[in-house]
Amino acid sequence: MNSVHNAAQAVLEVTGLSVGFAQRGTVLRAVDDISLHIAPGEVLGLVGESGSGKSMTAYSLLGLVEPPGQVSADTFRLCGKEMRAADERAWRQLRGRRIAMIFQDPMMTLNPVLRIDTQMVEAIHAHRRVGRGAALEMAAAALQRVGIADAPARLHAYPHQLSGGMRQRVAIAIALLNAPDLIVADEPTTALDVTIQAQILAEMQALCQASGTALLWITHDLAVVAALADRVCVMYAGRIVEQGPVDQVLAQPAHPYTRGLLDSTPAAAPSQHADNAGATRRLSTIPGLPPALGERPEGCAFRPRCARASAACLQVPALVAVSPGHEVRCFHPLARVSA
Amino acid sequence: MSVGSTTGTMPLLALQGVSKQFGSAQGWLERGAARLGWLPPAGSVQAVDQVDLAIMPGEVVGLVGESGCGKSTLGRIAVGLTPPSAGERRWCGEAIDRLPASERRRLQLGIQMIFQDPYASLNPRLTVGELIAEAPRVHGLIGRREQGEFVARSLQGVGLDATMASRYPHQFSGGQRARIGIARALAVRPAFLVCDEAVAALDVSVQAQVLNLFADLREQLGLTYLFISHDLAVVRHLADRVAVMYLGRVVEMARVGELFGRPAHPYTQALLAEAPTLKVGKRQFIPIQGELPSPLAPPSGCHFHPRCPHAMPVCSKQAPALREVAPGHDSACHLTSG
Repeated sequence: MNSVHNAAQAVLEVTGLSVGFAQRGTVLRAVDDISLHIAPGEVLGLVGESGSGKSMTAYSLLGLVEPPGQVSADTFRLCGKEMRAADERAWRQLRGRRIAMIFQDPMMTLNPVLRIDTQMVEAIHAHRRVGRGAALEMAAAALQRVGIADAPARLHAYPHQLSGGMRQRVAIAIALLNAPDLIVADEPTTALDVTIQAQILAEMQALCQASGTALLWITHDLAVVAALADRVCVMYAGRIVEQGPVDQVLAQPAHPYTRGLLDSTPAAAPSQHADNAGATRRLSTIPGLPPALGERPEGCAFRPRCARASAACLQVPALVAVSPGHEVRCFHPLARVSA
Repeated sequence: MSVGSTTGTMPLLALQGVSKQFGSAQGWLERGAARLGWLPPAGSVQAVDQVDLAIMPGEVVGLVGESGCGKSTLGRIAVGLTPPSAGERRWCGEAIDRLPASERRRLQLGIQMIFQDPYASLNPRLTVGELIAEAPRVHGLIGRREQGEFVARSLQGVGLDATMASRYPHQFSGGQRARIGIARALAVRPAFLVCDEAVAALDVSVQAQVLNLFADLREQLGLTYLFISHDLAVVRHLADRVAVMYLGRVVEMARVGELFGRPAHPYTQALLAEAPTLKVGKRQFIPIQGELPSPLAPPSGCHFHPRCPHAMPVCSKQAPALREVAPGHDSACHLTSG
C-alpha cells in the first residue's frame, strides 16, 4: 500500500483545486477546494454520487474544463510539470501520452466511422515518430494486453462491429498505447455486465501492477473501490469529505456520509436475513437528497441530512486526521480525531 | 415445475413454456432473394426459450442475468406488453390472453409495470397529477371530483409531497421520478408489479430509499413483484426467490438464501464470484472466460458450455433440462442431472 506519499515522486499533486461556474454574479463551485495526490502504481478510488463533482474533477485533471468553467488551484503538478498556468500546447503534450482518460461510454473515445487500426495508429503518431508498420504492431500488442484474443483481426473492425465490453477494452488499449504515467478512468465499467466488469478490473489491476501506471478510478460503486483501490476519496457536494486507505475507510468510516453510503448498499448486510422471506427488509438510508449545485447549504453541505449536525456545522469543517493517512472533514466524526 | 408444489395454492401469475422469437420481417423481395441465395436467410433471435415461471401471491421473484439474456422480454411477456410466440400466460389460473377483450382489459389492470427510466415513461407535457390520475380515470376507477384527493393520497403513499401534483416531470430528481413512476403504476390498484431495472439508474443513497419503499408497499398492499435486475445485491436484498437467465433460458431457480448460499449452476457460481462486494481488501479477480455469445447464433446444447470451466462433451450436444437438485431448487446443468 502506497499510503506514504512523497510529493517529489507523486504522479499527480494538486492542492486547493476548484472548478467554478460564474452565474448571475456568484460563482457556483462544482469542485470546491480539493487536494489529491497519487503515487506511481497507486490506485486511488474517487467515490461520489451524481452531482458530487467527481467527473468535473477528472476533467479538470486533464485540462478539459472549457469556459465558462474556471479551474483554479494552489498547486497543480502533473508528471513533474507545473500545470497551473499551462496553455493548450502544454496540455496536448501530456494528454494521451503521460496521462490518459477512459470514459464511461467508449463511444466517447472511439470515432464510429474509422476502423480501430486507423484510430490507434493516429494516437501513436500524435506523440511518436514511428513507421506505420511499427505503429500497427504496437496497436496489436496493446489490444492483446487488454485481453483481446484475435488482435490483428479486431484491428480491421469498426467500433459498431464490437460488443460493449470489447469497445471498452479498445478504449483502454488506446489509453495504454503510450504507456502513460496516470490513467483517469471515469466509471469505465458502470455500463458493463458483471462478468465483463470482472474481466476488465482484473486486466486493469494486472496492467497497473506490471507497468507502475497510477490509476484514478472514479465510480459511484463502493464495491468496485473495495476490490480495486489502495486509497479512496469520498466526495460530497464538491468537497472531499473523507479519504484514506480503502480498508480503513470502508471498515471504520469516520464521516456520517460515508457510513450512510455503506449502510445504503444492499450487499453490505446480506445473509442473516436471506432466508426469512416475506419479512420486510429495510436498508438504513440517508434522509433527503444530495443538494443541487446552486442549492448547497452553507458550512458542511451534508448538514441537513446528518443526524449528528449541530450549530458548529454552519462552518466548513477542515480535513482532520483520525489515524495516519485517514482524514475526515467533519466536526462530529464517528472516530476519535488523533492529535 | 416444483414451484407451486411447496405451498399448494394457486400461483398469481404463471408463465407456461413461453418463448419469444424476434425475426426481421421480410418483404416478398427479400424472401425471394434469400431463396435464390442472394441474401443470407433471415436471422431470428430466440429472446426467451421455453420458460416456466410461477409466482405465488405475495411473493417477490428476482430475475437476474446479463444484458441480452432475455430478462426484459420475459418481463414484458409477463405484463402482456409483448405477446409470446409460444406458451401461455395464466393469471389466477386463467389463460388471460384467450379471454374476451373486455374481460381481459379488466384483469390486465392487476398487472402493472415499472420501467427503468422514469423520465422516458412520463409524458413531459402532463403534470404529475394528470399522469397519476390518467389511468384510473380512463378505467372509471375514480371520478373527476375525487381526482385531486386521489392524487394527493397517491403521492403521499410513495413518500412525495401532495403539493407536487401541479409540477411537471422535469422538475423532479431521479429518485422522485422513480417514485412518480411507482405511484402511477399503483394508481389502478394492481396486485402484481413487474419492475424492470427500476432502481438501476439511481444513486446508492436514493436507491436505498426506493428499495425501502418497495418493501413498505409490499407490506401495506400485499403486492407481488417480479423484480428484474442485473444487480445481484439488489435482488438478494429484496427477493424471496431468484431465477437466473442465460441467453433466453432460465438456468437456475431457487429461494434466495439457497441460490446465494449454494449456487448449483456454473453460470450462477461465476456470476456470484465476480460481483464485487464490500469485502475490504484488494482481491485478484479470476474472471470467467469469453463474452456473452451473440443471441443470433447461440452455442449448441447448453448455451453456457463455451465459457464453462466444467464443460463435458455432452454439453455441446444436448441442452440440459431444468431439474430439481434440492427441494425448491432447480438447475439446468448436466453436472447435476446425472
